[in-house]
Amino acid sequence: MPKDRIVRPRRWVHIASVLLEWESMNKDDSADTPGNRISREQVALVARLARLDLSDEELDQYTDQLCAVLDHAAQVSSIDTSSVSAASNPLSATNVVREDRPAACIDRDEVLSMAPEAQDGMFKVPRIMEDEP
Amino acid sequence: MRASAGDVSAQVRQGRVSATSITERYLEAIESFDRELHAFLTVMADHAVEQATRIDRLVEMGKDPGPLAGVPVAIKDNLCTRGVPTTCASHILENWRPPYSATVVEKLERAGAVIVGKTNMDEFAMGSSTENSAFWATRNPYDADRVPGGSSGGSAAAVASGLSVVALGSDTGGSIRQPAALCGVVGMKPTYGMVSRYGLVAFASSLDQVGPFGTTVEDVALVFSVIAGHDPRDSTSLKVRRDVDTGLLTLADGVAVSGQEGVVDASYGSMPGEDAYIWPASHGLMDGAIEGLRVGVLKEITSDAAPDVRRRVEEAAAALVSLGATVEEVSIPELHYALGAYYLIAPAEASSNLARYDGIRYGLRVDAEDTTSMMSRTRSSGFGSEVKRRIMLGTYALSAGYYDAYYGQAQRVRAVLVDAFAAVYRDHDVLLGATTPATAFGVGEKTGDPLAMYLSDVCTIPSNLAGHPAISVPFGVDDDGLPVGVQVLAPALGEPVMFRVAAAIESAAPSLPPPPVCFADGMGVQSGMGYGHE
Repeated sequence: MPKDRIVRPRRWVHIASVLLEWESMNKDDSADTPGNRISREQVALVARLARLDLSDEELDQYTDQLCAVLDHAAQVSSIDTSSVSAASNPLSATNVVREDRPAACIDRDEVLSMAPEAQDGMFKVPRIMEDEP
Repeated sequence: MRASAGDVSAQVRQGRVSATSITERYLEAIESFDRELHAFLTVMADHAVEQATRIDRLVEMGKDPGPLAGVPVAIKDNLCTRGVPTTCASHILENWRPPYSATVVEKLERAGAVIVGKTNMDEFAMGSSTENSAFWATRNPYDADRVPGGSSGGSAAAVASGLSVVALGSDTGGSIRQPAALCGVVGMKPTYGMVSRYGLVAFASSLDQVGPFGTTVEDVALVFSVIAGHDPRDSTSLKVRRDVDTGLLTLADGVAVSGQEGVVDASYGSMPGEDAYIWPASHGLMDGAIEGLRVGVLKEITSDAAPDVRRRVEEAAAALVSLGATVEEVSIPELHYALGAYYLIAPAEASSNLARYDGIRYGLRVDAEDTTSMMSRTRSSGFGSEVKRRIMLGTYALSAGYYDAYYGQAQRVRAVLVDAFAAVYRDHDVLLGATTPATAFGVGEKTGDPLAMYLSDVCTIPSNLAGHPAISVPFGVDDDGLPVGVQVLAPALGEPVMFRVAAAIESAAPSLPPPPVCFADGMGVQSGMGYGHE
C-alpha cells in the first residue's frame, strides 16, 4: 500500500455529513416548538439516521402519519411541568452495584453460531474502511 | 369448563393424572384448534413432553414438582427460550435461537410448568391487534372476524380457547390487559420492577413489564407469585419484602433480601441471592374481604368508553358496594396528556433499543458491499411497517433540537401523572375503570390509521407511565356477545389489594360463555370437579 494513502472509516464520514445536513435543515426552523409540520426531507434524513432505506411511497406515507401522531403528541407541551423533574423510573431511583466477581458466561461458540458470519472466534462484517484516492 | 392451574397441579401432585397425559392432550388440541386461531408461532412438543416426563418422575419418587406441576403454559415470543426460536414475530429474528432463557421461563419450569409453545404477537410488541405479526394474524376465539387485541394477542387467545391453562405476555402500554379484555380472560401487569425482565426482548425499557394471563384471578395470582421477585441479572428489578402478618409489600430499603425475610415458601423458583415467593401460592387469596375499602371509579378511563363497556364498569362498582366497599367517582385531568406522552416515550426508547438489529451479531443479514449499506438493507427488509414507523417517530423525537421539547417534556408529564395518582391514592385503595374503550374490533378495521389503533390503549397506558400494577377482569359481554373487561388499578406494590378487589369483581361478574373455539377437556378425567362435561 502506498504511504500517502489515508484510510478512514466510512461510517464516521457518513454520520458527520448527516448531522451537518440536519443542522442546516433546522437552522431557520423554531426547532424547539413541537407541532410544526415535519417535512418529507426531514423524514428522509431521519430514515438515514435510523439506518432505514425507505421507498418514495414509504416516505410519503410516513410523512403524513408522523405528522398526525406528532400533532397529537404535541399536546404534552401545553401542560405546566415547571414544578417537576423528568421521571424515567417511577419507583426506585437507587443505583445498583454488585461485587465484580468472575462467573460463568454464555459459551462463545454458541453465541457465534447464531451470527450471520463469524471467523476465528469473531463476528465478521463487510468492509468498514475505504481507501482515500 | 377450561381447566385451572390450581386444579391441574393438584391432580398431578397427587398422582391422579400424569403430566405427560395432560401435555399430550394439550399438544393435540393445539394441533387441531390452532389451525383456525393462529395463536402459536412455535409449538414446543418435544420440549414439553421432556419436561412433563421429568415432572412425572418427581411425583413417582415422592418429590414435590412445584406449584405449577404439569400446568401447560404458553409464552409470548419476545421471551427468550434457550435453543427455541424467539422471533418477536419479526423477520429480523426469524431464525434466531437464543443461547439463554429468560428468568421468568426458568422460574416457571422450576415450578413444574410445562411450556407448550411460543405465542404470536405484534412485531416487537408494537401494536394492539396482533395484526402486525410478520407471520400471521391471530383471530379472536369469540369471533374469527375480530382481532384478539395485542400485542400479546396470541397468549390471550391461547388461554381463552383453552390451548394453554395460563400464559405469559409483556405489557408496555396495555399489551397484556387489552388483549385479556378482548378475549375474555384475566390479564395483569405487575408493578414496574416486580418481575425480572432478563431475557425479555426490550421494547421501551422504562415501561416494559412481564405478566400473566389466566382464566381466573387465582391462577393469575399463582403465576405472578412464581415469576415475581428480585433478579440480580435485571438492574431494574425491585427488592421487595412481604410482611407475613399484614400481607403488604414494601421495598427492602436497597438491602439485599435474603434468608427468610419476605420469603414464605422458598422451595421453588428461587435462585441464589434472590427472594423467592413474595406471594405464597397457599395464601388464601379469596379470603380477603373488601369491606371498608375505598374504591375510586376513574372518570378519564371510563366515561368515554362505549355505552356497553361503561355499563359493565358501573355494574362492577355496584357489586363492590354490595360487598361493603365505598365507591365514588374520581378524576385525574392530567391523564388527558398520557397518550401523547406515551407515544413520545415508547417510540424514543424503541428506536434506541432496536438499534441492535444491525445484521452483525444475530438475526437477519442482507448483504451489501460495505457495513453501513448492509445495516440499512437488513433493517429495511427485516422490520415491518409499524416497527419502522415507531423507529422513525422515536429517532425524530430524540434528534438534535427536539429532544427536550418531546422526550424531555414527555418524561416531565410522566412525573406530573405520578404525583396526580399519588394524590388520588391518599384517599383511595384502588381505582376502577374500563380496560378498553370498546370490545374487540374487526380484522383490518384500524390497520390503515395508526392514531386510531394507538387510541385503543388509552385506558391502559396510565399504569405503565406511573409504573403501577393493574389487572383486567372479564365482566360479562356487550350487546354483540363480545367479552368486556373491567380494570383494577393500584398504587406501586399494591398487588395484594389489587388481587383482592379483582377476585371480588370476578365473583360478582355475569358468567361468560366459553368461546366457540375452545378446548374444554384438558384434564381428560372425571374428577368430580366438572372436567370434560362442557
